[in-house]
Amino acid sequence: MDISFALTGKGYVIVAADTVAARSIVKMKVDEDKIKVLSPHLLMAYSGEPGDTVQFAEYVERNIRLYQIRNTHALRPPSAASWIRRTLADSLRSRKPYAVNLLVGGYDTSTHNPHLYWIDYLGTMSEVPFAAHGYGAYFALSLLDRYHDPEASVEEGLATLKRCIDEVAKRLVVNPEKYKVKIVDKDGVREVEI
Amino acid sequence: MSIMEYNGGSVIAMVGKDCVAIASDLRLGNQALGISSNFQKIFPMTNRIFLGLPGLATDVTTLKETFRYRVNMFTIKEEREIEPETFAHLVSSTLYERRFGPWFIEPVMAGLQKTHDGGYKPYIAATDLIGCLNFAKDFVVAGTASTKLFGVAEGLWEPDLEPEDLFETISQTLLNAVDRDAYSGWGAEVYVLTKDKVIKRTLKGRMD
Repeated sequence: MDISFALTGKGYVIVAADTVAARSIVKMKVDEDKIKVLSPHLLMAYSGEPGDTVQFAEYVERNIRLYQIRNTHALRPPSAASWIRRTLADSLRSRKPYAVNLLVGGYDTSTHNPHLYWIDYLGTMSEVPFAAHGYGAYFALSLLDRYHDPEASVEEGLATLKRCIDEVAKRLVVNPEKYKVKIVDKDGVREVEI
Repeated sequence: MSIMEYNGGSVIAMVGKDCVAIASDLRLGNQALGISSNFQKIFPMTNRIFLGLPGLATDVTTLKETFRYRVNMFTIKEEREIEPETFAHLVSSTLYERRFGPWFIEPVMAGLQKTHDGGYKPYIAATDLIGCLNFAKDFVVAGTASTKLFGVAEGLWEPDLEPEDLFETISQTLLNAVDRDAYSGWGAEVYVLTKDKVIKRTLKGRMD
């Protein structure tokens, strides 16, 4: 039942994920952060098989950090996303594949462009202007087709995100209630309340 | 549900007079849900060889990277560019390596082969997902709209088309075939290879 959205705008990427940690029909926790900050300008929202998700996200986090220490500069978003994709694709054909879906958002400090990647557990990757995972995708994608603007300001971007969240609240049988929202832009990562 | 139809997508290649063309749609889906309308499936291997990879999207990216590596290794070791016919056998053996746990891809390739008199000969080929090569004199198709592509191509293709006419033929074939397939479409791109240039065009398509 994990839901995550992400959208790009003028010089930023917004990533949002619900905060529920559920097991079967029970809500175990309602303030779980499912968005990892991989580097000063890179975010990753993860969802999927409980256990695999955190395990994989931490594995990615440490490897991105290791690269930064070894090379004194961080991987840029396209390279980081390619490495993460390859890790998942190799895992798919292993004995026990990770069942994790990701939205990787980052700001390239060299070219000053925002990047967003939709990645699923098979290792399918696509750079997109906006993306969603989980049941939210069925409601949000058509909405984003209509309202997404790549030149929108942060305020307009957050308003569009709000539309997605409201639509899910209105039409989906179960409502996650709370979302964690993080923005990455030229100044780095910050969390916002909506 | 077949794994070959999980993400959708189609590729076609055609022979013309001293030229070849290869075209694909741009859809990436998760079954019926569309994810991206800008997912490329055709990749340049050398200046004269283009490879189309319809099938499971994760393997599209993985194989693109594998072939880039293997073509680079060939170029370094042999100190020359790979020829289309040799490349076709490289594709075939790469896929057959995974005979009992295959890559879910049916590659289509188009290129211009050097001849002894210094000219170029059109070359197209396709393989199945375990690398069984299929050379053709006219056209090859693959992907979720392959059945429809066969039908339209059979009706529209004729021998010795000039580059511009070949472009029109392959574009109309692809566009009309993918409109009858729910898993392909959402725009298309076409490459026409002639002896002195490569023409790339992006086409708009129905967005439903």
